[in-house]
Amino acid sequence: MPTPDQHWSFLLGRLSLDSLPLHEPIIVATFAGVALGGIALLGALTYFRLWGYLWKEWFTSVDHKKIGIMYMVLGLVMFLRGFADALMMRMQQAIAFNGNEGIFPAHHYDQVFTAHGVIMIFFVAMPFVTGLMNFVVPLQIGARDVSFPFLNNFSFWMTASGAALIMASLFIGEFAQTGWLSYPPLSGLAYSPGVGVDYYIWALQIAGVGTTLSGINLLATIIKMRAPGMTMMRMPVFTWTALCTNVLIIASFPVLTAVLALLSLDRYVGTNFFTNDFGGSPMMYVNLIWIWGHPEVYILILPIFGVFSEITATFSGKPLFGYTSMVYATVAITILSYIVWLHHFFTMGSGASVNSFFGITTMVISIPTGAKMFNWLFTIYRGRVRFELPMLWTVAFMLTFVIGGMTGVMLAVPPADFVLHNSLFLIAHFHNVIIGGVVFGTFAAINYWWPKAFGFKLDPFWGKVSFWCWVPGFWLAFTPLYIMGLMGVTRRMRVFDDPSLQPYFIVAACGALLIAAGIGAMLLQYATSILKRDQLRDETGDPWGGRTLEWSTSSPPPAYNFAFTPIVHDLDTWTDMKAKGVARPVDGFRPIHMPKYTGAGVILAGISTVFGFAMIWHIWWLAIASFAAILLTAIAHTFNYDRSYHIPAETVARIEEERTRQLAAVEGASA
Amino acid sequence: MSSVHSDSHGHGHDAHHADVPHFSVKDYATGFVLAVILTVIPFYLVMTDALGDKSLTTLVIAGFAGVQVIVHMIYFLHMNAKSEGGWNLLALVFTCILVFIVLSGVTWVMYHLNHNMMPMPHNMNELP
Repeated sequence: MPTPDQHWSFLLGRLSLDSLPLHEPIIVATFAGVALGGIALLGALTYFRLWGYLWKEWFTSVDHKKIGIMYMVLGLVMFLRGFADALMMRMQQAIAFNGNEGIFPAHHYDQVFTAHGVIMIFFVAMPFVTGLMNFVVPLQIGARDVSFPFLNNFSFWMTASGAALIMASLFIGEFAQTGWLSYPPLSGLAYSPGVGVDYYIWALQIAGVGTTLSGINLLATIIKMRAPGMTMMRMPVFTWTALCTNVLIIASFPVLTAVLALLSLDRYVGTNFFTNDFGGSPMMYVNLIWIWGHPEVYILILPIFGVFSEITATFSGKPLFGYTSMVYATVAITILSYIVWLHHFFTMGSGASVNSFFGITTMVISIPTGAKMFNWLFTIYRGRVRFELPMLWTVAFMLTFVIGGMTGVMLAVPPADFVLHNSLFLIAHFHNVIIGGVVFGTFAAINYWWPKAFGFKLDPFWGKVSFWCWVPGFWLAFTPLYIMGLMGVTRRMRVFDDPSLQPYFIVAACGALLIAAGIGAMLLQYATSILKRDQLRDETGDPWGGRTLEWSTSSPPPAYNFAFTPIVHDLDTWTDMKAKGVARPVDGFRPIHMPKYTGAGVILAGISTVFGFAMIWHIWWLAIASFAAILLTAIAHTFNYDRSYHIPAETVARIEEERTRQLAAVEGASA
Repeated sequence: MSSVHSDSHGHGHDAHHADVPHFSVKDYATGFVLAVILTVIPFYLVMTDALGDKSLTTLVIAGFAGVQVIVHMIYFLHMNAKSEGGWNLLALVFTCILVFIVLSGVTWVMYHLNHNMMPMPHNMNELP
């Protein structure tokens, strides 16, 4: 419904030249930079004739390993964008004192912090976690792919489509100025008449389709496609945590979809679900979105707990301490994560009985988490610990995350929350658990599984530089926020009246710069490792002395992962196989039935991006046309019966023979 | 598409339905008739106002909706306690627990929030 006082045309909807933020020098400069970089990238791809390769080998791929890697690349790219937002906020807050307005006008600063939150959660943490699960889970359970390979490709591109819409909002129109959860009434039409909230809604709805489908896919994979002998209690811990995370995704993302759909009805057709007037209740939105939001927190952290479990066991050279308790702790967290949501709005005024119930459940959830922490400590205890990069990140995680958990329990006490709510203490707390948990965990996982994905290890020097910038950088950036939060400084402030706060913000900005150096070192680490890949090459496929099935394959694994489905007899299957000296099968190969690559996912997601854009700008004809196109393409794809092919037995034999020679050479060299 | 993994499933597109109980036309017909009955009765209750009490009618309709869900699951989705090795039942129980948590939790929370709110006019613009 076009608001009458706004410019609206049939052809372009609300879109016009005025929508381009040409009057904002910062955005124009950013745009120039992005455009130049983008043109250079596209030019390079064309010059080196990589388009065909990318399309044929990656974009249309249904191979879970390649899709996993694409998720990680998407997460990394969006991480750089989200971190740029973080740096800008730190700069603004470090200088906006004594009447100085800083670098951003209010409406721009509000977009920056909103975009930072949305991007970091939905388009960095989620792709990282989904990418890890995609890459690792089928290998760990001895499967050749996920249950629904095409759906997997489609899910990835829907996530990428949401990310593209968010990036478009930077240069065409504006982003939401509402904070990362877009609470009404601020996000309602009355207070946010522009396109910002619409960008928010459609980016999340489109990416949400991908997330939900990917959750269903991985859950089906874990339940139905485990290798023979792998009972539930023989699944690797990472697979267990992935299972629980996907249950959480399936059960909680529909709530997000529904609540955003209600918000868009309020904004598009004038309903009053969340307005102040006519019986609407903005409090209902806050309540519903946190029913999704709290499980979301555990969707992010559970797989990372799994990562740390794998790494701790591998680098201590011992089986994980308390496997069973680890599994039960994970399941307990899965259930408990549904009965704590109100702790995000104690101050909305529910009264003593409700607040104390949710305060207590919140404290209860720290018990299984604490049990996990002790399991890792006891795994390390009396182990032969090798402090390689994944283990370094794990130790940093344990030290950092425990502090974040303790401040979380402080916030779970309702009277304390009344003092700390929406203060910088809260900001420091959740960055403490998300950076100390999810981000450190992702870096640990990248260092751990990179050799499996690409066949060579990551360079330890630049990795350690990155590590020693990141960890102190984190503490430098967020300790001042804890202190200021206790003093009562609130979040999302653009300018400050009290000049005594400035030193704290300057320290925090220094921390952010140190983190920036850490990110730079990390990118250098990837670059130098790729350049020096021949020195860093790992021929064994098992560079760390791994314990689970993914380390039994070559690095990178062949397209079919396993020539024969492995038979599982024990918990740490690969350790068990190595101990018993199970021989690699070298003959009797049979043709392997595999799914065919298809471009349908890219096309569907591309049209979805157009649909989202049309809805955001009220270009109704384009919205109708693109929606019809989505349906038609999806229906047309169902008539594509040519979906699979067989890798001939000779090809399998040739690949496996090469692997035999490779292993023999490794053994010859070490003998 | 799940047949990709295992050779034993091969080309058989129906092979992976093996553990789903086969239902006859009679079962579909039973399901359909039940579904129609369970839809017609609520319509009748609303249109004739037979119970004479709105909240009672709402409760009764909600009850019929619940039964309707079960009929659909048994006759159309072919679920029982043993299908898919018991996973269907487990998923159902988990879903019921979550729905219970969400519905009861939201009712409790929103009742409290509403109760503690300052009295508001129907239209905010009428505020003095």
